[in-house]
Order: sequence, then C-alpha cells, then structure tokens
Amino acid sequence: MNYWPLIGIALVVLGFALRFNPLLVVAIAAIATGMLGGLDLVPVVEALGKAFNDNRYISITWIVLPVIGLLERYGLQQRARTLIENVRAATMGRLLLLYLIFRQATAALGLTSVAGHAQTVRPLVAPMAEAAAVKTHGELGEDEREQVLGMAAATDNVGLFFGEDIFVAIASILLIQGVFDSYGYELTPLQLSVWAIPTAICAFLIHGGRLLWFDRRLGPASGGTQP
Amino acid sequence: MITLEWLYALTGAVFAAWSVLSALDRGNAKRWGNAAFWGLMAVSFFFGGVLSDLINGVLVLALVGIAGAGWLARGEPETTTVEQRETLSARFGNRLFVPALIIPITAFAGTLLYKFTALGDAGLFEDRWVTLILLGAGVLIALAVCMAWLRPPLLAPLEEGRRLMDSIGWAAVLPQMLAALGAVFALAGVGEIIGALAGQVIPEGSLFLSVLVYCLGMAGFTMIMGNAFAAFPVMAAAIGIPVLVQGFGGNAPVIGAIGMLAGFCGTLMTPMAANFNIVPAALLDLKSQYGVIRMQVATAVPLLACNILLIYFLAFR
Repeated sequence: MNYWPLIGIALVVLGFALRFNPLLVVAIAAIATGMLGGLDLVPVVEALGKAFNDNRYISITWIVLPVIGLLERYGLQQRARTLIENVRAATMGRLLLLYLIFRQATAALGLTSVAGHAQTVRPLVAPMAEAAAVKTHGELGEDEREQVLGMAAATDNVGLFFGEDIFVAIASILLIQGVFDSYGYELTPLQLSVWAIPTAICAFLIHGGRLLWFDRRLGPASGGTQP
Repeated sequence: MITLEWLYALTGAVFAAWSVLSALDRGNAKRWGNAAFWGLMAVSFFFGGVLSDLINGVLVLALVGIAGAGWLARGEPETTTVEQRETLSARFGNRLFVPALIIPITAFAGTLLYKFTALGDAGLFEDRWVTLILLGAGVLIALAVCMAWLRPPLLAPLEEGRRLMDSIGWAAVLPQMLAALGAVFALAGVGEIIGALAGQVIPEGSLFLSVLVYCLGMAGFTMIMGNAFAAFPVMAAAIGIPVLVQGFGGNAPVIGAIGMLAGFCGTLMTPMAANFNIVPAALLDLKSQYGVIRMQVATAVPLLACNILLIYFLAFR
C-alpha cells in the first residue's frame, strides 16, 4: 500500500502548529496529497474547485451580517447586556444552560440553521453571558472574558451536534443509512435517530454540569463581590 | 419554485457589494486585496454553477494566494461609538431584539408551517433547503423592518456587514476550503490507508478493545478531516461492520448512530472544523483562535468515553 498521501495530514498538522495562514496550509496539503496519491496537478485543482463549489451553502449564513451589524450600530449588544442585568435570576450558568436546551431541542426538530454563531451567538448569547458573569462575579479579567465568550460558542456547538441526529432527515443519519445499505443492512432513519438519544442526554448532563460548575468557579478567582 | 440558486444569487450580490465598498474605502491601505477577495467570492456565488471545475479550482487558488500573501486588511467603515450605542440602546429599548429575532423565528415557524400544513403542497421551496431559504427570507424581512423603523443611511447595512465580514476575513472561506481538502483526501485514497491501519491494530477477539478502537478511530480521523462525514464510511468499513456487526453480532443501528456521534466528539476538538471552532473565535474577537476549542475539550473527552460505554453495553445485549 502507498502510504505517501499521509504526508498531507502531517503538512496540515505542521502548518497549523507553525501558524502559517490556514488557507495556504490547506491548499498546499491538498495539492501535495493529490500528487503523492498519483494524481496530476489538473485533476487535483479540478477536485478542489468542484468541492469548493458544491459546499457554497456553508457560506450562505454570512448574509445575516448586514442585519446584525446594523442592529449593533443601534446598540443591540448593549441592550442584551442591560436586559440580563435587570433579570435577577439570570446567571451565566443558567442562561447558557437554557440556550443549550433551546439549541438541542430545535436541532432535534431539524431546525439547525435557526440559531448559530452569526445569527444568535455574536449578537445575543455572548453579550448576555458576559453581562450575567459580570453581574455575579464583578469585572472579568481578560482571560476570564475569553473563557465566557468561548463557552457561549461552545454551547452552541454542543447543542447543535448532539441534537441534530435525533431528527430523522438530517444528512448524517442519511449517510449512516447509505453506508450500511451498501453492506446489505437495511436500516430505517427512525431506528438510527432513536439511538442518538442516549448520547444527547449524556451531552446535556456533561455540558450542562460544566456550565454550572464554570459559573461557580469564576467567582473566587476574579476576587469580585464575595461576601 | 424558490431554490438554493436564488440564495446563491442573493449571497453573491452581498459579496459583490462588499467588494465594491472595499475598493472605495480609501482608509484601508490594502483595499484592492479586500476588493479582489470578496469579488472572487461574488463570482463563485453568481457563476460557480456554470464555470468548469478547473476554473473554480483556479478561483480557489486565487483566493488562497490573496490571503496567503497577506493582502487582506480590516476595513473600518464609519459606525457609532460605544457611548452613542449606549444612548441609542436606551432610546430604542427592548424593541431592538425584534428584528434580530425575526430571522430565527421566520426560519423556525416558517419551516413548521411549511412542513405540517397545506402550504408545503404548493411546492414553493426546494424541499431540501426549506429552512435555509426561510432564513434568507427572514434576513430580508428583518432588513426591511430595520430600514423602515431606524431609518439608517442607505448604505449602512452593507457597511456594517462589511465591518463584521472584514473582522472574520479569510477565515470565512476556510470551511469551504476544508471541504475541498476532504474531497482531495478521498480521491488520493487517504481513507483506505487509515482504514487499513485501523484494521491492523484490532486485537483478535477482544470486544471492548474493538469498540474502543472504533470510537477512537472515528474521533481521531474526524479530527484529521474536520468532519465526521468523511470518517464514518472509512471506520464503518474497517471495523464497524466487519468486526463489530458481523464478527461480534452487534446491533447495527446502535453501532452506526453512536459511532457517528463519537466522531462528533472529535469535531469539537479540531481546528479543521473551522466553521464551528475557528470562525466563531474570529466572530467573537477572541485573542486566541483556539479559544472555542479550549472550552469544548472537557465536554468532548468524557462524552467520547460515554459513547464507547454506550456502544459496549447497548449493542451487544
């Protein structure tokens, strides 16, 4: 067996580690992998172009930016903070836990593009989480602020990934069905999506627990408003 | 029928506007680089479907060239200051949330209405893309509401959008690039090689270790490819079906469904899944591009362990 194409993986890891421009790293790794796999340059460039073109739908979400940017111009993020400051029961842990439930539930209904990093996290969830954290723990240090914002984005991802497979018509379920079908196992989407539920519960418990624990841990470290 | 192509045209128009506005932005020393980059994206969205694969490939290499040479910079379109925003926020109050919520609500309620009422029978939207199309519709409605209510300068939405887009910069294209890398990996047979290697490390006759290698393989290969979809066919062919289902007589739906989710744990831990892990770090202006992944590892690792145990205990009863 020809193991040379694995050099491409090494190039990606090395390139990311050395912090070269990721677009450049990926393009060079793709061309190197293709050539080491015995392809000519032209088919490799064609494969790059075809896949890039077929995946344009990933970038459609950028059309929300004009609306989000416009609302930010009129103080949306400030408003999100004010709202949270006025709700006494709102803590960062509870807020993100609620968002986790919302994201998992809507994804389980197949509504994966209802929320997302551009649509909901940047304009609403992240500033709200930050405001809630400041309310409980006092001003955040730079590292703590990064962690709170990172956690807001992480919560969106966890909710999406471990909710969507409960929906029967999602791409990953159809892929599993297709692969097993080619080996002569006829599975229905419902059979598969039911078995996504145990992991969805585990994900909720693990990440939800981490959210509440993260909120408690922030307290003393910030030296904020401890009694 | 409204299809995905309509959305591509809309997205192309937005990128084209960003390209023109970038070219006119005299405050940005690298304005021509920005104009070319967003302009190429506009070309891809408008004409990608009719251009040959080779031309699309050259377009991709041109995007990479512009980003790699460092010809992109952040444009700084005129916007409001933090103090002005505090004042505006107090003036408009919680009504500011309305346009922001129009987008998800249109997508959510619209999809439900379309799927579960007679509306769907009219065949107005391309079935596969209903939610995404409704998201686009939500954006247009929200924009119309904002323009009528807030009366901003006419170009403000595009300029404010450009402000955000420039802060993301080349990272906006990375997810599509990584999908392209995955396609080349598949063409070069990387999957078969990894599958063969994984097949070799399976210890004879040990059920638990076989489940372990299957799940770790799914997570690990997903981290390399940035996508569980690329890893699943490989690991299912190497271990999932021949060893776990046929060898040990395991329950096929459990092994398929939870195996895929073991891969999703890998997605949480890799910069290769750029749209989930790197783009939001840029979008939230985090100092470290790994700021999101760092917060996810402590969820992903125990969850991967859960998946291993779930397969071991549920698939072989």
